[in-house]
Amino acid sequence: MVDFNIATVLTPEIAMAALALILLAIGLLIPPGARKGMMPLTAFSLLGVLGYTLFDFFHGTKALFLDGLYLHDQFAVYFKVLFLAAALLVVLSSGGYVQKLAEHRGEFYSLIMTATLGMMIMAGAGELITMYIGLELMTISFYILVAYLSDDARSSEAGIKYLVLGATSSAILLYGISLVYGLTGSTQYTEIASGLGANLSPASFLATVFLLAGLGFKISLVPFHLWAPDIYEGAPTPVTAFLAIASKAAAFAVLIRVYLLMMNSQAFSGTGQTLLVVLAALTMILGNLIAIPQTNIKRLLAYSSIAQAGYLMVGIIAESVAGVKGVLFYAMIYVFANMGAFAVATHVSEKQGSDQIKDFAGLARRSPLAAVVMTASLLSLAGIPPLAGFVGKFYLFSAVMDSGYTAIAYIGFVMSMVSVYYYLSVVKVMFLGEGEGLPDIPVHGAVKFTMVFTMLITLAIGIYPTPLAQMAAAAAQSLIK
Amino acid sequence: MFKEMHDLFRWAWLIPALPFLSFLLIAFVTKRSKGLSSTVSILAILASLGLAIAIAIGIIQSGAEIVEHAAIVNVNWLNIGGLKIDFGTVVDPLSGMMLFVVSLVASMVQIYSLGYMHGDKGWSRYYCYQSLFAASMLGMVLATNLLQLFIFWELVGLCSYLLIGFWYFKVSAREAAKKAFMTTRVGDFGLLLGMLFLYTKFGTLDFATLAAILNTNIQNVAVIGTASYVTVMAFLVFMGPVGKSGQFPLHVWLPDAMEGPTPVSALIHAATMVVAGVYLVARMYFLFVHASPSALQFVADIGAFTAIFAASIAIAQDDIKRILAYSTLSQLGYMMFALGVGSYSGSMFHLMTHAFFKALMFLGAGSVIHALHEKQNIWDMGGLWKKMPITGWTFFIGVMAISGVPPFAGFFSKDEILATALQNGHPVVYAVGLFTAFLTAFYMSRLFFVAFCGPEKPENHPHESPWSMTIPLIILAFFSVVGGWAALPDHNFAFFLHYLPLGQEYEREAINWGLAGISVIAGLLGIGLAYIIYLKKAIAAESIVARFPRVYKVLQNKYYVDEFYLWIINNIMGGVAKVLYWFDIYVIDGIINGIAFITRGSAKTLRRTSTGQLQTYAMVFFFAVVIIFMVFAFGEGQLTSLNPLATLGGVK
Repeated sequence: MVDFNIATVLTPEIAMAALALILLAIGLLIPPGARKGMMPLTAFSLLGVLGYTLFDFFHGTKALFLDGLYLHDQFAVYFKVLFLAAALLVVLSSGGYVQKLAEHRGEFYSLIMTATLGMMIMAGAGELITMYIGLELMTISFYILVAYLSDDARSSEAGIKYLVLGATSSAILLYGISLVYGLTGSTQYTEIASGLGANLSPASFLATVFLLAGLGFKISLVPFHLWAPDIYEGAPTPVTAFLAIASKAAAFAVLIRVYLLMMNSQAFSGTGQTLLVVLAALTMILGNLIAIPQTNIKRLLAYSSIAQAGYLMVGIIAESVAGVKGVLFYAMIYVFANMGAFAVATHVSEKQGSDQIKDFAGLARRSPLAAVVMTASLLSLAGIPPLAGFVGKFYLFSAVMDSGYTAIAYIGFVMSMVSVYYYLSVVKVMFLGEGEGLPDIPVHGAVKFTMVFTMLITLAIGIYPTPLAQMAAAAAQSLIK
Repeated sequence: MFKEMHDLFRWAWLIPALPFLSFLLIAFVTKRSKGLSSTVSILAILASLGLAIAIAIGIIQSGAEIVEHAAIVNVNWLNIGGLKIDFGTVVDPLSGMMLFVVSLVASMVQIYSLGYMHGDKGWSRYYCYQSLFAASMLGMVLATNLLQLFIFWELVGLCSYLLIGFWYFKVSAREAAKKAFMTTRVGDFGLLLGMLFLYTKFGTLDFATLAAILNTNIQNVAVIGTASYVTVMAFLVFMGPVGKSGQFPLHVWLPDAMEGPTPVSALIHAATMVVAGVYLVARMYFLFVHASPSALQFVADIGAFTAIFAASIAIAQDDIKRILAYSTLSQLGYMMFALGVGSYSGSMFHLMTHAFFKALMFLGAGSVIHALHEKQNIWDMGGLWKKMPITGWTFFIGVMAISGVPPFAGFFSKDEILATALQNGHPVVYAVGLFTAFLTAFYMSRLFFVAFCGPEKPENHPHESPWSMTIPLIILAFFSVVGGWAALPDHNFAFFLHYLPLGQEYEREAINWGLAGISVIAGLLGIGLAYIIYLKKAIAAESIVARFPRVYKVLQNKYYVDEFYLWIINNIMGGVAKVLYWFDIYVIDGIINGIAFITRGSAKTLRRTSTGQLQTYAMVFFFAVVIIFMVFAFGEGQLTSLNPLATLGGVK
């Protein structure tokens, strides 16, 4: 075991916890007039933590501590970078939106921080209870964030729905964890793997199915996806973005660890593998097909994010380093592509008070930058070269084909083609729609920065994917070693 | 010594990077300010020129060492699923020479454009394109693999398109730009096929690796049957150069490309881009050498035919730029057949000297056109030498150089090509080359005597062009004189830049002054004939035309190649297109619309699953858990066989 200092290894988590509390306090203390400064303050603190975490990725040591309770490997740090980047972009793009809220501005940023902290704990957890604590920290923060617009009935409805359904899924997950503990006498991933071994008892099936259902809920895997569109639609748009991007990635981080260590045991392969293939295929098919008739941009992006979860599942099914690398790579570029789209959606809905796709008409004329960013983001999600999404899908599908699952890859190809249709229909409205009578939408400051930045990253990774691919490969390797 | 130089070679990537930076700067920052745009562009290309000169000196000092061990730097660009693509720079005598020539001509042209494009509305756009072109062309020269080269190859094609159509308000410019782009695409398609073939057979597109594979495999070629593959690859790859370097039958775009601004014609359509094809053949010479002899013979035949074919057309043209354009085609043919007959260094030598004197003459023509307010017909000119002494003298040097009169540059390169053609047993090609040399001297002197000598036209009031235009002329004229001296005393240029087949040493040969004398006589005969007809008027040009009216008409109409293509497009392609259109509308679209209809229908049905009812969602969630568990618990072992995906061969 390498010598290390817990404080150094845990610095990002500690910093996030401290920041959450500090922001909460500041939000209460400062006079209302000065609350404008909350956004830059949050953004710069996040930037600092992000910078440190990136440094940690390249120079940190692999460590396992508190008796394996918590892991510090490149895999975890990679995901922490992802969550922090997503949080930073959400904060940057939500300045104007939050500004409009009558009260509780400070808490908004504080809750973003606690949710991020929860995700970071999920990625670093080395056993199920710690993972569950992280997951609940994230989910409870989201319950509040989703219902944040207290005077908006849709937001409150979404909050209640998310609370009830989220609690249901948590119950199932916890039940699964308790079964696992009962079967193996441990909650640690490594010990569970050896404990389950060739155990083929129905109880072990039940445990795996419960775990899958609990995590599948978070990543909106069909058939556990029904909550997603309603809640995405009702929640404040920046929260939707964060929910669709970061919370999903966090659940994937756990799923990869759990899957590779537990589900991949003897008991699971065979039937279980087939089951996952079927679920991933269903997720891609349903997500993409139901996205077609949507008229609300947030619902469209919700179904698109269900479909994207299906693509990510494909990488897990490959059960190879290349597959995990594909998931990691895709999850990262998914942050930027989706953030670009959501930043535009947030901005437009803030200025026009509408999430309807038809109200994007003529956006190319009214706000050229926003239209271009939206187009680039959607095309990247569709996987059109030279944007990053193409490379990401290429990694995922080639990994799964190398592992011998040809059919699922073909379903992915066909469904990607279908997705081009609804993504382009938004582009069509923006560029060909008349949009008479709709206002010009200027883009300034942090929002403009977010848009340009996400687009540039999407383009840059698409043209020169090697650095990120190497990072993802290193993170995937650290999981195996 | 070599070690230090090597460090310098690592910085070669800056040569294309600087103009590219300038392109970005102009496009996104300085576009509004004309002065700033041109300054940025010219500074960038001058910096590149400086670096290119430093690298060229480094290469010369490294001597023969660098021929065998090119300085290659590669950075991994893409590595996905077994497809590994690098981006890098290769520094060897070949690329060093090209870097120098391209950056020199490009910087001269950009400075010249300060005067020529003065007052043009698209000033910033012009320098933006110029920078992009310089970056692409220099990047192409430095490419270490075929894909990288191809990317830049297409980029220079794009710049060519943009610059030919620079004055897009002119219909003819738009049409010419389209024609240039489409015609070269025909060749590029062949090149792309060749690339795919190479990749599937050898698994790499890297020049050095490919050369190594071919060199080691060549002994057992007959056994593994690679020879026929390699020949097909060589033919396919050669299609790219046929389009790009205007070889017959894809030469038709180049004369039309003269619709662009004249400095553009000088840079892109005379000195640099059009020689990209020649450069590609030289870069991939190992492929042609290892292919069956018919491949190189084919290159020689196409080149020689293009040389004489274009030269004969040039005789009957009246537009100063078109004469130069056909002359360029003819000279490109020269370079191509030089490669075909095995005169690798001769071809590159001629590429270099031609870049100097042809750029010089195009810029000279631009100076004349500028002074005469857009008159391009040589018969409207006359007596310009007196009014425009610098343009006249420098143009004279250009004519002497292209006619192969010693000690001007063209003499040395042309001589080397012709000598090698004869030595390597290609007497017919030699004869064609010699006759082309005669024709070249004739039509260039005709141009010169008609436009610059003789009586002045009273309606013209020419003035010498501003310094920004004359200084580039003088510099290029200087190189058109001394550029050829690189051959002295004993084919030194050939020693500097030669193709080295495996395990062979380069042998210096003395210049064969006897053969050189014959070429000089051919050139002087051409000049003399033009002198008699057009200056002394001892033989009236009209009477010759009158004696061979048909021949003249055919020549003036460029052998009706354009008309022939138009006929094919209108009749054959049009007919096929109609049939395909019907098929597309009724069969393909029918299928597509059917699929779309089904997809949309199913989407509408599936949409109903989302009811908005919390109870339903929770119910579905629990039912799903139960069903999955049932399948899991009771289906173990049976599910796999029932699974439709398994029967598709999907699940392992």
